[in-house]
Amino acid sequence: MRVGVRGERWDGGEGWDDGPLSRWERVSDGVRAYRMIAAMWIRSTMAYRASFVMTTLGNFVATCLDFLAIVLMFSQIERLGGYSLPEVAFLYGLSAVAFGIADLVVGSMDRLGRRVRDGTLDTLLVRPAPVLAQVAADRFALRRLGRITQGLLVLTYALLSLDGVQWTTAKVLLMPVMVVSGGAIFCAVFVGGAAFQFVARDASEVQNAFTYGGTTLLQYPPGLFAQDLVRGVTFVLPLAFVNWLPALYVLGRPYPLDLPEWVAFLPPLVAAGCCALAGLAWRAGLRSYRSTGS
Amino acid sequence: MGSGRLYAAVAAGGFRRYATYRTATLAGMFTNTVFGVILAYTYIALWDERPHLGGYDQSQALTYVWLGQALLMTMCVMGTGFEDELIERIRTGDIAIDLYRPADLQLWWLAQDMGRALFHLLGRGLIPVAVGAWLFDLTLPSSPVTWLAFLVAVALGMLVSYSFRFLVALTAFWLLDGAGIIQMAWLAGVFCSGMVLPLNVFPGLLGEVVRALPWAALIQAPADILLGEADPLGTFAFQAGWAVALLAVGRLLQAVATRRVVVQGG
Repeated sequence: MRVGVRGERWDGGEGWDDGPLSRWERVSDGVRAYRMIAAMWIRSTMAYRASFVMTTLGNFVATCLDFLAIVLMFSQIERLGGYSLPEVAFLYGLSAVAFGIADLVVGSMDRLGRRVRDGTLDTLLVRPAPVLAQVAADRFALRRLGRITQGLLVLTYALLSLDGVQWTTAKVLLMPVMVVSGGAIFCAVFVGGAAFQFVARDASEVQNAFTYGGTTLLQYPPGLFAQDLVRGVTFVLPLAFVNWLPALYVLGRPYPLDLPEWVAFLPPLVAAGCCALAGLAWRAGLRSYRSTGS
Repeated sequence: MGSGRLYAAVAAGGFRRYATYRTATLAGMFTNTVFGVILAYTYIALWDERPHLGGYDQSQALTYVWLGQALLMTMCVMGTGFEDELIERIRTGDIAIDLYRPADLQLWWLAQDMGRALFHLLGRGLIPVAVGAWLFDLTLPSSPVTWLAFLVAVALGMLVSYSFRFLVALTAFWLLDGAGIIQMAWLAGVFCSGMVLPLNVFPGLLGEVVRALPWAALIQAPADILLGEADPLGTFAFQAGWAVALLAVGRLLQAVATRRVVVQGG
């Protein structure tokens, strides 16, 4: 119980020598803690070098096989839902890179439920570093670069083989914005999912439906799916802003749900909103945490 | 007789162990269902484009999607079965205690894993298929004989799945850290079992190869029997052949490992 109260302080609840300066200090504190913990895990991984090489390669190949499945589909057909292989590859690459970034940065957060269950979260609460940074950096896995690399390769292939795209300055600028915002949206999903695990504990798998399920969904054109599903991932859990809407703008394809054209430029705003909400959810979750006592 | 009762008790323990986590089971069912829905829509688009692809009609393809989601955990296609635990025991040296026990290592874990697989079949399999049948138009057979043949194929698939993962776990005697090999097994499992795409859709030589590999026994074989696309006896023979071969290699590797590898710890 006491520990829980202390943990709030470290994560920066209200009423703790507040002020604009300390807020920034807390952020830089968090980043520093994150860097140190991540560096420690990298060193630890390198102790088993053969395993590291195999897992990084495995991560890369796993995502390659994922894309190979789409290539195999296209070995039997010309177009899927009206989209050519380069167009699907474009969606796939954007979804994979955005998700890969989030997976690298905060992918370990789905282990939070386990920490709540076995009581090891208490250790993190008494350390002088923000809990969010500690949980996010926990078991930091450099092998996840494999997924980002593969996503970038597919994206490169898509950009080289897409023809008929009229590139404008806006479209070129939209590309990096889309990837970064998409990564931030997925980060928010991870953090929100972790916050949910304070309540749900054993239900960590639910998170996979939105993270891994989300990135799989976004690899395919929105036209394939039922309208209600598309509505859900646009207005409820705004995954459509990761790649669907901005990518369709770049490709010059019609939007789902008759959305106006300017929504393609919303990803940064949506990402900021998602991160704010995820932060609030995380605070609420952490505040509600009561140790198992074991 | 006595040892039969022992392994039955271990199997029952395996079943109960997984049955304890009800929230986790519900969460897993939810995730299987979400993935089922996403895959089902992509398959609809694929079969709209090419009806009768791989010899399935659209409804059969959708049935395949949901069977895959139902059998995913049962067959441990993506790992996280007993092998993680066995590898950890080898790494920490606890395996020395296991080898002292008056029970055979391979049979002990086999019994445990069969209990787990049965629970996952019931706990993680039935509801997603029911949801799939409610949302989409599935082809499920009415003949009880077909269902019975399907269950036999599922049981044989479990055996192949176990015997392969036992081999994976034993590599820890040499590699110590199992993360890399587990991931390789996971990769092969996801791709070659037909989780991403039915194996009969794989083109040319690649198709011939994946259909002959042991992973074809996990999901493709039971699914083809349920969909009435395969001759049951030939399928059983294929599955049993792989099970026997892999179990035999496992036995051999177990003998080598326990004789020649120095157990660490202390």
